[in-house]
Amino acid sequence: MSDNLLEIKGLTVEYRTDGGTVQAVTDLRLSIQKGETLGLVGETGAGKTTTALSIIQLVPNPPGKIVGGEVLFKNNDLLKKKPDQMRRIRGNKISMIFQDPMTSLNPVMPVGYQIEEAVMLHQRVGRKEAQQQSAKMLELVGIPSNREGDYPHEFSGGMRQRVGIAMALSCNPELLIADEPTTALDVTIQAQVLELMQSLRKEFGTAMMLITHDLGIVAEACDHVAIMYAGSVIEYADVKSLFTDPKHPYTRGLFGSIPSLDEEVDRLTPIKGLMPDPTDLPPACRFHPRCPLAQDICSQQVPANTEISSGHVVSCLIYEGLVPGYEE
Amino acid sequence: MEHVLEVKNLHKDFHTKKGLLKAVNDISFYIAKGETLGIVGESGCGKSTTGRAVLRLVEPTSGELYFEGKDILKLTRNQMRQFRKDMQIIFQDPFASLDPRISISEIIAEPLRVFNLYRNQGGAKRVAELMDLVGLSKRLVNSFPHELDGGRRQRVGVARALALDPKFIVCDEPVSALDVSIQAQILNLLQDLQKRLGLTYMFISHDLSVVRHMSSRVGVMYLGKIVETTTSHTIFTSPLHPYTKALLSAIPIPKYGMKRQRTILEGDVPSPINPPKGCIFSARCPQVMEKCRQQAPPLVEAAPEHTVACFLISDKLGK
Repeated sequence: MSDNLLEIKGLTVEYRTDGGTVQAVTDLRLSIQKGETLGLVGETGAGKTTTALSIIQLVPNPPGKIVGGEVLFKNNDLLKKKPDQMRRIRGNKISMIFQDPMTSLNPVMPVGYQIEEAVMLHQRVGRKEAQQQSAKMLELVGIPSNREGDYPHEFSGGMRQRVGIAMALSCNPELLIADEPTTALDVTIQAQVLELMQSLRKEFGTAMMLITHDLGIVAEACDHVAIMYAGSVIEYADVKSLFTDPKHPYTRGLFGSIPSLDEEVDRLTPIKGLMPDPTDLPPACRFHPRCPLAQDICSQQVPANTEISSGHVVSCLIYEGLVPGYEE
Repeated sequence: MEHVLEVKNLHKDFHTKKGLLKAVNDISFYIAKGETLGIVGESGCGKSTTGRAVLRLVEPTSGELYFEGKDILKLTRNQMRQFRKDMQIIFQDPFASLDPRISISEIIAEPLRVFNLYRNQGGAKRVAELMDLVGLSKRLVNSFPHELDGGRRQRVGVARALALDPKFIVCDEPVSALDVSIQAQILNLLQDLQKRLGLTYMFISHDLSVVRHMSSRVGVMYLGKIVETTTSHTIFTSPLHPYTKALLSAIPIPKYGMKRQRTILEGDVPSPINPPKGCIFSARCPQVMEKCRQQAPPLVEAAPEHTVACFLISDKLGK
């Protein structure tokens, strides 16, 4: 028995396409404790969204299929739930904020009703009570409740994302999955939305999985961080260790790629090469073709998860003592 | 220093159903030879329209536009054509800006053919040279855009812009569509090319850290106006305009324990159709005064190489 709210073990998800089978997520292991925020970081195609969709079982099938693993939510395996059991959890105990506030709202329904819908469905209350709850949620995210009759196109991008947040929080979920919630927004609006999410999360004690590619947001909003590359978590640590002492060559490469606001850097040190083709992943360590420290063994032996200090897990052969590491 | 581009009182209006949209509203700036001027701002502030207007890709409504000392707004279409060789653009979206039906080599050769220079400049050899310059491998000559990833596509866009040996390139959000590790590769490429070929850039982006990294001077735009211009070092160490300050404080910094005092701006950027009277930023400014709502603040020189349009500064200077 652990106090993990969510624990993912060995999750493997495949997409079966004409071009071959794509393993989007491979043997993924993650956990989120009650009330904490986990940042899930990676580039396009790393499998972040697929991981999120697997938790609430919204992986489009076909072509997607969860082929193995367990997703334990309060020690119950969600993957074993029947569709109607899952429906009672989704949007209720676990809810999600999507990336694009333009496409995740129904364009032909007033926003107030879209929030009421979730409340009526999950809390078995009448229209009137649902309406009150929806008005309360809108006020909470900073939208005057007299706008509940407005349609999504009448709101700006930032306001729409607020509606999405109101909807996701309307049933007081225990876990909130936010998939790039601010990527489509301008920085000043992003700051508003992040601030709002933080304060609401504290108020309700909701745990959150924050998917992003922006390490700045992670430094600011998360307790733990998981870095994903080509379908696996390659480094997991608390925010402090990850930012002050990154271990995996990919994580270090990411830091070297970001231009800094507060320091003069003449030249960036990008990771060479490109993300691997998902239908043709490199053997063993999937990062080895781009890794500056790779040795022959990296293409032969799959790195294990090595816990180098309490709670800091890296999957790289350097930390198994098989490959020489950085000269410090 | 010699100015490659000098812009004076540039306006660009669009007539829309809802009224007159002042996308670029009376802006002036210059770009010196070999330097990079960064233009930063949020969506809808007019930064891309500015980039296109200085190339006359959209026709400015009024203003003066000097390219190497010559007012190019006075040129006829035919005269302008000759200048186009010297001024090129790299677009944001490497998917939409490349013709999907022609091969990479044809895309890169197209500017040469348009100017009937293909033969003279060595034809296929010149294309190979350009591909080499931007780091595209030779085997891709006959590939089509859809076969390439975003980073390589953007390299094709860069090669095409370089085909005519330009002096000045507008880079309109060239890395916004790319992942960070690829973004860094393209930024390095642009810097290398600038050094090697002595190029002058106008670098447009919404990402302040990218702009700071690339530029020697930065102009901050808001609602069709430049509210502050200074060196890229100063803009980050001692910004003056309240909007610049808010913009800077809104950026999350990827370092542990860097949480700063944050100025959160209320509301959204107002519509550029019928913008607020007085200072364009007055509706969201945390330090707004009564007169800001009545009249627009003048652009004043707060320090050498540092101009700002805000009453807080101009009043203090007594200007």
